[in-house]
Amino acid sequence: MAKKSYRQAINEALAQEMRRDPTVIVMGEDNAGGLGSPGEDDAWGGVLGVTKGLMPEFGRERVLDTPITESAFIGAAAGAAATGLRPVAELMFVDFMGVCFDQIFNQAGKFRYMFGGKAVTPLVVRTMYGAGFRAASQHSQCLYPIFTHTPGLKVVLPSSPYEAKGLLIQAIRDDDPVIFFEHKVMYDDEEEVPDEPYTIPFGEANLTREGDDVTIVALGRMVGMANQVADTLEKDGISCTVIDPRTTSPLDSDTILECAEETGRVVVVDEASPRCNMATDISALIAENCFGALKAPIKMVTPPHTPVPFAPELEDLYIPNPEKIEAAVRAVATYER
Amino acid sequence: MLQLSREDLLQAYTRMRTIRDFEDRVHEEFATGKIPGFVHLYAGEEASAVGVCLHLDDKDCIGSTHRGHGHCIAKGCDVEGMMKEIYGRRDGLCGGKGGSMHIADLSKGMMGANGIVGGGPPLICGAALTAKTLKTGGVAVGFVGDGASNQGTTLESYNLAKVWNLPAVFVVEDNGYAETTASAWSVGGSQLKRAEAFGMPGAQVNGHDFFEVAEAAKEAIDRARAGEGPSLIHAKLDRHYGHFEGDAQTYRAAGEQERLKAETDCLKIFRQRVTETGLLEHGQLDQIDKEVASLIGHAVTAAESAKAPTAEDLLTDVYVSY
Repeated sequence: MAKKSYRQAINEALAQEMRRDPTVIVMGEDNAGGLGSPGEDDAWGGVLGVTKGLMPEFGRERVLDTPITESAFIGAAAGAAATGLRPVAELMFVDFMGVCFDQIFNQAGKFRYMFGGKAVTPLVVRTMYGAGFRAASQHSQCLYPIFTHTPGLKVVLPSSPYEAKGLLIQAIRDDDPVIFFEHKVMYDDEEEVPDEPYTIPFGEANLTREGDDVTIVALGRMVGMANQVADTLEKDGISCTVIDPRTTSPLDSDTILECAEETGRVVVVDEASPRCNMATDISALIAENCFGALKAPIKMVTPPHTPVPFAPELEDLYIPNPEKIEAAVRAVATYER
Repeated sequence: MLQLSREDLLQAYTRMRTIRDFEDRVHEEFATGKIPGFVHLYAGEEASAVGVCLHLDDKDCIGSTHRGHGHCIAKGCDVEGMMKEIYGRRDGLCGGKGGSMHIADLSKGMMGANGIVGGGPPLICGAALTAKTLKTGGVAVGFVGDGASNQGTTLESYNLAKVWNLPAVFVVEDNGYAETTASAWSVGGSQLKRAEAFGMPGAQVNGHDFFEVAEAAKEAIDRARAGEGPSLIHAKLDRHYGHFEGDAQTYRAAGEQERLKAETDCLKIFRQRVTETGLLEHGQLDQIDKEVASLIGHAVTAAESAKAPTAEDLLTDVYVSY
């Protein structure tokens, strides 16, 4: 099996689905690039090159570059989805949700319910998230908890190239609106990814490590860090289960609760801002359902409640890292009443 | 000059009369406390919805506004299902989950009234994109009020429809007030100059005159179907009721509503025109009036006796699968 990057895996998923289904289209700012410009066509393939090569194969009728007008084209994607296409719209950075959120959460996310179950809206919004790029406060946020909060939306956080391909194909074939979060720091991560199309179902968590002592629930880019910590601690005799929920909506609460029951010690690692994020949500879920099984307080590893800073020294302090996760796991593992 | 068959004219009058009776009756019933929530009535603006939708069929889509009942009826939605929806009943058009502000029927190309001012224009760009991509021959029409005409979503949609060359038509229904605020004050520049600025053909019409609306709409819709891109129609008209039911309308001039109903009623104007020119006879129109009154009466009776949604209904229809 060939090694592929997170970027290549996503590109391959898009291309394979566009070949399979003529109603799949992609749209976004500079998804090809160079439209109407004097120089090269397909100049960018998206700001970080994820959609490169799609336009030459599928043409500008199915790879639509847009003006910088998120409200209009995200809404157009919602309207197109409700009327027969399967659009994959790219919201370049999720931070830009502020200028188009209405079309996602009030329109696309509510059509089915408001229209009495008669609407089908197979929309995918691909969007970049996460800190670590020195991109500062308006290009680095996580924000997936806000989408998870909204009934009617599904929210996907692929944690590796293999996960990204299977989850994106699932997202495109899914009949509900899906927000697909791509961590910008992970685009060059590589692992073995099958050439053929495959799907990974939503709402089924992946246990990337299995152990008896501590359960670590980690999201998106944090999964890789949690695995690293689990491998380190294994050598010290602390064995960890690492849960990658894969999707925050639907959330595989059964798997999370089963593992929490088994170990009785839980750490949740979330790169999103700490108030009302997935860490608080998952901690509340465990506290409500597994209170009797808990042997230690649940620990949350998150950034501080600040905007994402610019200076490299500050950003490095901001983002959860293996050292912080390891400290939390050790504290939970050794906690005695 | 637009040529319409007798069948077209009879259907247009029927739909205009249906909207009027529907809205007048909802106004009455709302006052009794039987209808929950917020209701925004379209009475007075019938010639706009009907004059535009006359040229559309089920493959064409429309996006609507807060004031959506008229657009629904003009697009062929079931009147009894609509009334039940407004009453929040289980077999309403949206299962009682949408209500007046979200009433929709996608099978009729009616993409929903919209609780968000300016929510609809991006959506109809999407419907137009579907029509263009799948080559259905369809067009999409976005109705917006004068209030929504100042929303970024609307102006962004003008631009997107233009640069994507979409089969789209925007109809600005300017009833003079966004809630209480006069459009004479709130709209900078002019609707027609806005169309011009985005490179779209624009037409201003007397929105009380069905024939004027229908003629401008045909031109714009034909242009869209022919692949010649979007257009804008600015319909000047009046609403007979307040922004919502319960609005005391203290912002209006004294006697304004009585004057509007006497002087600018699109149904009276239509009747006068078709009878004076011999296209239709009073008797035919009177017959339609009777039939519509019976239809609306029946719809209200049916809505009043219809069943409420159940506890199970609360949890269904959020997702196709979850």
